[in-house]
Amino acid sequence: MNAFLNHMSFEFRTGLRDKSLLLMNYLFPLIFYFVVGPIMAKLNPSFKDTMIPSMVVFAILSSMVLSLPNPLVAARESGIFRSFRINGVPASSILFIPALTAVLHMVVVATIITVTAHLFFNSPLPTDWFSFVLAFFLMSFASAGIGVLIGIISSNSRITILWSQAIFLPSMMIGGLMIPASMLPSGLQKVGMLLPSTYALSIFRGFAENGGISPIWSIVILSAGTLLSFLLSGYLFNWNNINVSRRKNPILAVLAFLPYILGFALLS
Amino acid sequence: MYNERDVGIYGEVKRQCVNMKGDIMTNPVVKVEDFHKVYGNFIAVDGISFEVHSGEIFGLLGPNGAGKTSTLESLEGLRSPDSGIVQIMGIDPTRESRKIRNIIGVQLQSSGLPGSMRVDEAMKFFSAYHRVAPRYDLLERIGLAEKMSTQYQMLSTGQQRRLTLALAIAHNPPVVFLDEPTAGLDVHSRVELHCLMDELRAAGTTIILATHDMAEAEKMADRIAILLSGKIVASGTPRELTVTGAQCTKITVSTERSSLLNTRLQLPGVIEQVSKEEYIVYYSNDINLTVPAIISYLVDQGDSLVDLRVERPSLEERFLEITKAGGAI
Repeated sequence: MNAFLNHMSFEFRTGLRDKSLLLMNYLFPLIFYFVVGPIMAKLNPSFKDTMIPSMVVFAILSSMVLSLPNPLVAARESGIFRSFRINGVPASSILFIPALTAVLHMVVVATIITVTAHLFFNSPLPTDWFSFVLAFFLMSFASAGIGVLIGIISSNSRITILWSQAIFLPSMMIGGLMIPASMLPSGLQKVGMLLPSTYALSIFRGFAENGGISPIWSIVILSAGTLLSFLLSGYLFNWNNINVSRRKNPILAVLAFLPYILGFALLS
Repeated sequence: MYNERDVGIYGEVKRQCVNMKGDIMTNPVVKVEDFHKVYGNFIAVDGISFEVHSGEIFGLLGPNGAGKTSTLESLEGLRSPDSGIVQIMGIDPTRESRKIRNIIGVQLQSSGLPGSMRVDEAMKFFSAYHRVAPRYDLLERIGLAEKMSTQYQMLSTGQQRRLTLALAIAHNPPVVFLDEPTAGLDVHSRVELHCLMDELRAAGTTIILATHDMAEAEKMADRIAILLSGKIVASGTPRELTVTGAQCTKITVSTERSSLLNTRLQLPGVIEQVSKEEYIVYYSNDINLTVPAIISYLVDQGDSLVDLRVERPSLEERFLEITKAGGAI
């Protein structure tokens, strides 16, 4: 337990100490929120109503999907995994602790967004705090699972960026972040159901609005996605510093999207 | 970091460990028997066997691709042997990886630590996983006391290697693996690290030393195995290895009146002679015959010695001889 807490404390401090992590955990999402949030609200006044969940989900995606995989790849490539292995650091710690600390950073960012959006941009506070907090944690862990999985299967940093962007950009465009799903063509709405952000936003909004995907199904799908992505990360984890040999088939990572594919097939 | 006092300690430790050897070097701590490791069609290790005893420094030498890393990594539990026995204190490193972690300490050649991890954090971090109290005293001992708050990425190569050595031994493991421990170190750091290795040996720690530095292996190792193409082609103490070679002993002489220069003497045992400024160098296959003959000649000529050096072939020369011959010696 001491080792776990010590590791977690180190990882949390790394998130503040490492300039690229600090940028992706705090600066990028907060600057984006402070700059783009008011512009979006001016272009579309109804955006104010969804500014808090949208910007929180954006921050989560930035931290978990864009930022989380790269340190894992870099650590493996520089032999840190091997160094950890010979010193008894379990694979589970390597997988979970960065995800947990990233969630903690997101608690700070989400709090800043929620408070300032209400104070400065008159965005309404969540009417159902329970569903808000639940949606935040489900989305955080579901995205962290995907981020960790990308870090585990990527053979190098360049591939990592491609995989991360393949999740991040569609989430921005058709995942309900910038444009409400109801305003999208029905075909794109359906495709959006392959993305975790769509389900998270349905929980953020659903308990209050009772529209779109059932929040209960969203909870089930995000929970299953989280579980599958972490289980697959553990299964596909490779201690070796070259991630092309001595590893299991990375195509298995697609299974982590099975709950979202089922959601797409059955709920749309 | 390095001073006269350390040299004193070094000498004293060396004597202690010589005394210890006779008492404790009986049971093998490391046992490798008919060990094979194959990658696809490439045979990395081809049935090697050796044992290492408590308190011994065992040098593993070989050119790149000889099978050193595969052997070390199998002993460290990072790879599984394809066949054969690999054991540390009776434990199979791949099957009982948790047990082995507290028994061994490893300084990897390319040691990876997170760049933003501070020196004191690294000690605390790994000590926690080994369930021991952090050994900050070790960091002071290896000259990193003033670098406690420095991030790993800001340390020099030598400081990084010293830190990883401290981390490898912080949990007091009975077996330590050192892979190129002095690569990139300055002279003082090398001497300090050698002193530390001697202290570990004196304390009964078994050290497996993989190095390309022949002088280091010759100086530090009690026994050496030379690997070539996955096989052990020579093994023994550094002295045993050097005396069994075909190399001749080098006798370098300088005299008052230079009577040996520019003369082609038929001295017994001498195979070749070379002049180098005021020195003459003889390569002899029997120094017991050659040295008295040189002195006798000088006495006859009324000349006297200024300098006489007798050097047996170095481990490096022997190593080159073995590896050039492809192990067929």
